[in-house]
Amino acid sequence: MILFLAYSAVIFSFASGGIALVHLFKPEVNKQWVFLLLGLSGFAAIFAGVGGLITSQIYLDTLNLGLPWLPWHIHFDSLSALFYLIIGIAVFSISFYAPHYTYVTQKDPQSFAVLSLFTGLFIGGMLLVLMADDAFMFMIAWELMSVASYFLVAFDHENAANRRAAFLYLLMAEVGALFIILAFGVMASFASDFTFDALRASHLSTMWMSVAFILALIGFGMKAGLVPIHVWLPEAHPVAPSHISALMSGVMLKVAIYGLIRFCFDLLPEVHWEWGVVLMVIGTLSAVSGILYAMMQQNLKRLLAYSSVENIGIIVMVLGLSMIFLANNYPELAALGLLAALLHSFNHALFKNLLFLGAGIIHHQTHELNIDMLGGLIKRMPKTSFLFLIGCMSISSLPLFNGFVSEWLAFQTALRVDVLDNGVLRSLIPVSAAALALTAALAAACFVKVFGLIFLGVPRSRHAEKAKEITDKSMLAAPAMLAGLCFFFGIFPSSILHLIDNVAKQLIGSNLPAQSVLSFFSIAPVSAQQASYSPPLILIGALMAAGICFWILHRKLKTSVRIAPTWDCGFGGLTPRMQYTSSAFTMPLRRIFSPAFLIEETIEKTMRSNTQTNVAQVRYSLHIQDHSWIHLYQPVEHSVNRVAKQVGRIQTGNIRTYLGYSLATLILLLWVVS
Amino acid sequence: MNWLIAIIQTALFVALAPLLMGFLKFCKCLLQNRSAPSFLQPYRELLKLTRKQPVISEDASWLFCVAPYLIFTAMILAASVVPFIAIDLPTSAEADVIVLVGFFAFARFFLALAGLDIGTAFGGMGSSREMTISSLAEPAMLMAVFTLTMTASTTNLSGAIEHVLQEGLILRPSFVFALFALILVAIAETGRIPVDNPTTHLELTMIHEAMVLEYSGRHLALIEWASALKLMLYGVLISNIFFPWGIAESFTLSALGYGLLSILGKLIFLCIFLALAETAVAKMRLFRVQEYLGFAYLLGVLGMLSHIILESTR
Repeated sequence: MILFLAYSAVIFSFASGGIALVHLFKPEVNKQWVFLLLGLSGFAAIFAGVGGLITSQIYLDTLNLGLPWLPWHIHFDSLSALFYLIIGIAVFSISFYAPHYTYVTQKDPQSFAVLSLFTGLFIGGMLLVLMADDAFMFMIAWELMSVASYFLVAFDHENAANRRAAFLYLLMAEVGALFIILAFGVMASFASDFTFDALRASHLSTMWMSVAFILALIGFGMKAGLVPIHVWLPEAHPVAPSHISALMSGVMLKVAIYGLIRFCFDLLPEVHWEWGVVLMVIGTLSAVSGILYAMMQQNLKRLLAYSSVENIGIIVMVLGLSMIFLANNYPELAALGLLAALLHSFNHALFKNLLFLGAGIIHHQTHELNIDMLGGLIKRMPKTSFLFLIGCMSISSLPLFNGFVSEWLAFQTALRVDVLDNGVLRSLIPVSAAALALTAALAAACFVKVFGLIFLGVPRSRHAEKAKEITDKSMLAAPAMLAGLCFFFGIFPSSILHLIDNVAKQLIGSNLPAQSVLSFFSIAPVSAQQASYSPPLILIGALMAAGICFWILHRKLKTSVRIAPTWDCGFGGLTPRMQYTSSAFTMPLRRIFSPAFLIEETIEKTMRSNTQTNVAQVRYSLHIQDHSWIHLYQPVEHSVNRVAKQVGRIQTGNIRTYLGYSLATLILLLWVVS
Repeated sequence: MNWLIAIIQTALFVALAPLLMGFLKFCKCLLQNRSAPSFLQPYRELLKLTRKQPVISEDASWLFCVAPYLIFTAMILAASVVPFIAIDLPTSAEADVIVLVGFFAFARFFLALAGLDIGTAFGGMGSSREMTISSLAEPAMLMAVFTLTMTASTTNLSGAIEHVLQEGLILRPSFVFALFALILVAIAETGRIPVDNPTTHLELTMIHEAMVLEYSGRHLALIEWASALKLMLYGVLISNIFFPWGIAESFTLSALGYGLLSILGKLIFLCIFLALAETAVAKMRLFRVQEYLGFAYLLGVLGMLSHIILESTR
């Protein structure tokens, strides 16, 4: 039954793409079928996911697809089910959002068909990755996901910058896939077969295991967007249509995390704490630099993409912690770490989708994504702004919202470091926990900037001034559903934690510590004495406190509010340009963390007449670049170009030379054969 | 019964916060050769503000009016979590010290948004600076708190205090570092000299005041009260974590009374210390604050390392 649902999710998503293609040639086919099937796919995936998590069994199957002697092995366990649930929620929500969005943005029937076809293939590919039980099927599904999403990134291909971003994306995806193939290859060379069962049983030396781990980390890390191999991510995610950006940032990165977890915790026969340290350090680095770069962005979607780097960093850091505990024989604490990482993956999918869909609505209504050109939307788009506010609060990990729970669990995991014997670990882990605290605080600052500059204040452009609330109900329903889930899982985290606990049980064979409490009212991951958090009680307390102080202050109704113009210090003439902008808001942090960026800042002053005091005009420009772009990508790019040029020399363009090459090859082969 | 005590304790906490502010102002006036107002002056000001009609800008949104309530509520919740006169109250199991930091973040988030809501340069300036300083202060604070929680192996404040009480008076190097780190963070987070000056309205130096510049009437009263609460929260946190002696461990009337007296004594001592420090030290430039907070973070790290190297039993 569960497996049937899982299959039907894949089939529905492919069918959705297929219908789009049919619609192109036979326009009488109603194209609402595309979205209906997409919604059904999401629905089936949610049910398969929840069902798989509740029953927490392993469902196995073999499909005779592909080459005759290489059937596809299917394996659907709790880990797959959790990620199925994540994808299902995202797909279900965009099936409400996409109809109107694609209706408005499409230019001709062809582009609609292309968009829907590749969306279907992309989702189907992601779902297949989760079910794969052999390296062949895994790679086929992985490539399907990568290549289909390339076409989605290249959707607006009229713009040269978008084509460039899409090419970079394809390049990085393929290089990453190469590393994953190598990682599987290293393991398979010690195993009898390419099935995951055979890989699990392979006997590797520690050295080869570490090689496989590093290859897998690079491969999956490239897809997940870990620093310093994240550069494609902020280029590619923003240029896709908004609901695709939501899928890519919220869900596809999670598939890479799934791959990493599957590879490290399931396929590799054992884990070493050194790998955990590597994951933790890279994760911490990604988290801190991701949010620092996010803060400096002016384009909303780019900012959100960088913030995904941050969140993936947090997930990987906690995975590293989990691995350290597992290698040191504390499976219960490893389960806690895994729980935190998986919960954060789930939460991030919810709020990142919400924010990307919100960004899509803003773009749709204002044709503007530059934060410095928006402002004052809270009055013009009250519903969108409220939903976006919930997303901002969740991602800033404020109490009562879901982002806080996973971050809290991450801190709880890090604070159990006392049980370890290794002095290096004992001092390293708290420092990375403090980096996590820095990340959380910077994320709050970043999203204060986002919400404050986009929705609050006075409009900074005509587009923002003329903006209206979106009229299409279903386009608002998708973010509303996600916002509701963000709040629900913030108040009742135990509902999902119970399910995720099953994943930990299946994957590393251990639940949370025995004294832990996951009740309706409160969660205590280790024991009630050590730490507890009960959001429902806090919510009740907050409502009581707010109610009382509201009642006390409003007993006397005569003190109504007086509306008056903003105080302008007596000078008159406040203009929207006097407000803080994105670069002004982040200036103190830019200055404090200046070594983290490559900053080009120029101020040109034109003086009035020949005095040195009267400034007629000031021109300010600020350009911030990623370190890894200059220090990692460009050297690699240059050296590849140089090698290609050297290799190119053998091509003289003269037919005699080529005949000579053929002759030489022939003689060489004859010599080899003889 | 326990819940009743918890609610009364929280109410008492909230009610006493302006008194602490009044006493602090009193001490500062005495130190600076000014004639001091009564301790009760903050109450009078709050009462005056609640009676006044609030003036709100045309450009303000609903968020501007809602924010003071949210900020004040977050501070009340924080006050309910921190053990004030007794430990082992049911409210302290609701949330631990990380959630407490979360409550502060919640209040700050809305205060910064309210600063941006009107669309004046002052508000943006205040919000930007506040978020900058707090993002540097939060790691330092958590580092100091982690030192404590690792010693007590609990993040529950009540449990941690109980642990300190059981251990008795031991000089732990890690606690000394953590104490100083927490004091530095508390000064930065509550906007006192040398990081921010609560009495100034000079645009170059304002942080907290710049954000709340547009508030008036009952909204301003709530925000002022919330910042008084924040000061008191840090004061109680520092005194009860590091010097918990006197706090009520049972719920008898005498123990509770003794607990109240002891915490008032500790707070009076802290106030005098703060007033002395504020009189002796000048406000520093905004871009010196990161060095100040970096130092606090360093102290936190040192505390953590000395706990791991020197004190841990393993």
